[in-house]
Amino acid sequence: MAGSDITAPAPTERPAPDTVKILIAGGFGVGKTTMVGSVSEIAPLRTEEPLTMAGLGVDDLEGIEEKRATTVALDFGRITVSDDLVLYLFGTPGQQRFWFMWNDLSLGALGAVVLIDVRRPESSFAAIDFFERRGIPFVIAVNGFHGEHPYPVEDIRESLTLPEGVPVLLCDARDRTSSRDVLIALLDRLIATAAPTG
Amino acid sequence: MAEGDFAGRLVRPFTLTGGRTRPSRADFTLITMVTTVEPQPVEAARPQPEHTRILRLCAGPLAVAELAARLDLPMSVVVIMLCDLLEAGRITVRPPHHVTRTKPDLDLLQKVRDGLGRL
Repeated sequence: MAGSDITAPAPTERPAPDTVKILIAGGFGVGKTTMVGSVSEIAPLRTEEPLTMAGLGVDDLEGIEEKRATTVALDFGRITVSDDLVLYLFGTPGQQRFWFMWNDLSLGALGAVVLIDVRRPESSFAAIDFFERRGIPFVIAVNGFHGEHPYPVEDIRESLTLPEGVPVLLCDARDRTSSRDVLIALLDRLIATAAPTG
Repeated sequence: MAEGDFAGRLVRPFTLTGGRTRPSRADFTLITMVTTVEPQPVEAARPQPEHTRILRLCAGPLAVAELAARLDLPMSVVVIMLCDLLEAGRITVRPPHHVTRTKPDLDLLQKVRDGLGRL
C-alpha cells in the first residue's frame, strides 16, 4: 500500500486539518441549502457533476423533464471546529432519482439531519428510509415555514413512524443558532449511542 | 450496454492521465485535503495551466469539493488532474477522518460537539 506516503504531513507552515462531514437531507426545496448557509463560515459552495459520469442507466433518466438538467448540483458549507478539525456540511440532492449520489456522500459521514416540511412531510420519507436502512444515525429537524410550527413534536413523530430514540426538533433553517442546535442534537445523539453502556 | 460505451470507459481516464494508472481516484473524496508541495519538485515537467491554478489554490490546505467549486469544474475532472499532480509529487493529500459505525471515536465526536457549542 502506498497509503503511508499519501498521508504524510505536508511540509508547509499550516498542516492540513482532519476532516469530517454531516449530511443535510430531505425533500426538494425543504431548506437544505438554507440550513447549510446559515451555519457555514463560508457562503455555500456548489459543485456540479454531469449525470453521465455517475454511471446512470437509461431508465434513470426518465422524469428528467429538461435537456439541460444534466448535472447534479451539490451545495456544501464548512465549519472550522478547531485548529486541526474541519466539519463539512453537504446538502444531499433533493430529487429521489439522484439516490446514487447519496451512497457516495454518506460514506464516512458522521451522521445526517433530515429536514422536514410539515406541509409535505412525505417529500422527506425517502431520506429517512435511506439512513435507516444503512444504519446512519440521524435526527429529524422540522423546518417551520416562516419559522412557525403549527404541530407539536409528538404529532409529527407519530406521523413519521420513526425508530425509537430518533430526536425530533423544531427549527428555523434560516437561523444560525437554531441550525447549530440541530447539529448539536445530532452530535449528542451520536455521543449517547457511542458511549459504552452500563 | 453498448459496446462503444464500454470501450470509452476503459480508454478515457487512461488517456487523460497520460497512460498512468496510479494513484487511484479512490484516494480522493469530497473532503480529502490537498496541499501544494513547497518547494515544487525541480525535475517535474512544466505544469499545464489548469494544474497551475490548482497548485495556486492549494497553497494552503483545501478540500477537493472546495477546489472543484472554485475551479467551477466537475469533481470527477478535478480528481483526474489531482491524480496527475500527486503522481508528479506536486501535492500531498490528507484523507478524511476514518468513521466507523462499529467503533465510534468518542473523542472526535466530543471535539465536534464542543466546536459547535462555541459557534
